[in-house]
Amino acid sequence: MNIKIKDLYASINGQPILKGVDLELNSGKVHALMGPNGSGKSTLSNVIIGHPSFQVTGGEVLVDGENILEMEPHERARLGLFLAFQYPVEVPGVTVGRFLKRAVDIRAGEGNTKGFVKKLREMMDYMEIDQQFINRYLNEGFSGGEKKRMEILQMLMLKPDFAILDETDSGLDIDALQVVAKGVNRLREGDFGALVITHYQRILNHIRPDYVHIMYQGRIVTSGGNELVDALEANGYDWIRKQYGIEEDSDVKPVTSG
Amino acid sequence: MSNQSQAVDPQTVEIEDYKFGFHYPDSSVFKTRKGLDSEVVRAISHHKSEPEWMLDFRLRSHETFLKKPMPNWGGDLSDINFDEIYYYAKPSEKQWKSWEEVPESIKETFDRIGIPEAERKFLAGVGAQYDSEMVYHNLQESLSDQGVIFSDPETGLRDYPDIFKKYFGTVIPYTDNKFAALNSAVWSGGSFVYVPPGVKVDIPLQAYFRINSENFGQFERTLIIADEGSFVHYVEGCTAPIYTTDSLHSAVVEIIALPGSRVRYSTVQNWSGDVYNLVTKRAVAYENATVEWVDGNIGSKRTMKYPSIWLMGEGAHGEVLSIAFAGKNQEQDTGGKAVHAADNTSSVITSKSISKDGGIATYRGHIKVEEGVRNARSHVVCDALILDPESGTNTYPYMDILSDDVTIEHEAKVSRISEEQLFYLMSRGMDEAEAAMMIVNGFLEPLVKQLPMEYAVELNRLIELEMEGSVG
Repeated sequence: MNIKIKDLYASINGQPILKGVDLELNSGKVHALMGPNGSGKSTLSNVIIGHPSFQVTGGEVLVDGENILEMEPHERARLGLFLAFQYPVEVPGVTVGRFLKRAVDIRAGEGNTKGFVKKLREMMDYMEIDQQFINRYLNEGFSGGEKKRMEILQMLMLKPDFAILDETDSGLDIDALQVVAKGVNRLREGDFGALVITHYQRILNHIRPDYVHIMYQGRIVTSGGNELVDALEANGYDWIRKQYGIEEDSDVKPVTSG
Repeated sequence: MSNQSQAVDPQTVEIEDYKFGFHYPDSSVFKTRKGLDSEVVRAISHHKSEPEWMLDFRLRSHETFLKKPMPNWGGDLSDINFDEIYYYAKPSEKQWKSWEEVPESIKETFDRIGIPEAERKFLAGVGAQYDSEMVYHNLQESLSDQGVIFSDPETGLRDYPDIFKKYFGTVIPYTDNKFAALNSAVWSGGSFVYVPPGVKVDIPLQAYFRINSENFGQFERTLIIADEGSFVHYVEGCTAPIYTTDSLHSAVVEIIALPGSRVRYSTVQNWSGDVYNLVTKRAVAYENATVEWVDGNIGSKRTMKYPSIWLMGEGAHGEVLSIAFAGKNQEQDTGGKAVHAADNTSSVITSKSISKDGGIATYRGHIKVEEGVRNARSHVVCDALILDPESGTNTYPYMDILSDDVTIEHEAKVSRISEEQLFYLMSRGMDEAEAAMMIVNGFLEPLVKQLPMEYAVELNRLIELEMEGSVG
């Protein structure tokens, strides 16, 4: 899968967040997207999947050449896109088992889900999730770490062509982080691609990216390899601003809406 | 009647997804004229060859009906025109014990609703009412051998006069409210159930109520007596054709749960959108008896219905599970009542409502604990889910606590289907309608899983039909 983001502009409640994003992503590769709070990382992931709260005001997102911006979120999912949510949503009364069965039915086509339960149990063991969770209501009462593992479990079951992980590392202790990384790495052979969004270097020690992109004030300001991660770690985001001659933009308030 | 044996094409009116909106030509063998006066009341009684006391009861009830004011609370009933309604329509000359003998158009109706199939699969007995009369009644032989009675109330009055007269009208007097008075005046059909001491009816008895005629009033009357230590599960279902004018369904259901018995009464009401559904349901539970009302209200134009339990004996327990779905042009005013009149009694009322497309779902409940009663416990939970900004919900939990030795808990929660939930599920491949359906099913899940499987499936199916194609 090839995803081409061209000069993408988007806003929420009239406030511009993305201001001309250009980025090309390919399956078979893991991309890291780093940037300070409010730089537009989460907005970018939500716009790619089609969150209705964001308005696209310019540009396009092409998946294998086809513009997906007019598609409903479920149509994008059916193309093979997946978002691991920063804040997974609770769905009371819907069990993990029933939900995942239906999602896998859609992804694989009904009748092609033989061995679903066996596979689910195997993946739950792999993600160190208690089997009891099959009958728990989706994300309801889960701890932060349990929710994040559940996102990765869903990803393992759905086997997307391309997954976006929106700050999956935030709020995780080191053990949980390693389990999450293990889940992503399991899919890495073959055509699977991912965009790992993070503030911190930490998760990238466990999921080594092929490419690193830096976002600042709603644009991708530079792309490169792992050396960018080290430079950021050493110098902080101010270094990016100075390095790339970005003016301090006093209009832009940090956005935390996702 | 020659016209009954030939098949007639049903006239189907397709409005939205109401599957049961068809009707057959009116082929009643006897019908009272439009409107209601004492002559009509006498005609019904005469036609049924009733004893004098029942005619007196009907006439007194009719007078009370005329005197009582319309309720000035609950749903808007101002459009009901009592002069435009037919109060009695007899569909056939007799009642059958086998589906093969039931007149073709009537049998086809019940076939399309799935009643004979359900009977074969999982019911101990079935009664099927068409307009004013039960046209079919059957009970498994093993149960009649044990002394279980399952018939229409006319048969109860005729063949079991002692037990019938002892309990009839004792739980809901004809003076109770305007619609109980109306039912008492013109009642016809319904069920009469008696379960002897210690007998457990393990599989449900079902009565099915079908309105076929236009501008019709159906006034069935149900009396259930569970003798000491017995158990019975009674299920009722209802549908009607879609007409352009309104019909009225006003039933009275009385349950007597004698010491140590348990009665479960389940309703899946799916009237068409032009039926006023104004029903009085009440049970008395004696020492250590349990009564459970499971009340699903999916259809109708307006429903006002609050199944009640009077806990009269020590250790009695009552439960009301109420599920309401208020769609376009619908008002569901439902809930439950529990009166604690004895020590160590407990009640649980759980209400879940969904409103959509401008529908209004109202919970109206009443918990009363009589003076001097010790250790009464009551737990009330009402949850409302609102699917769009046009729809609404109300909660009126009345409490009347005259004793200090009580534990009362009340929880109420209103939630809206959230954009975040929809987006989350859609990002996993479900389209918007399916995602909304999944959220609604999840909302109902804690309640639905307490229903017997067949009814849980039926309820889910009905709600799916209501939800279909109208989200977004």
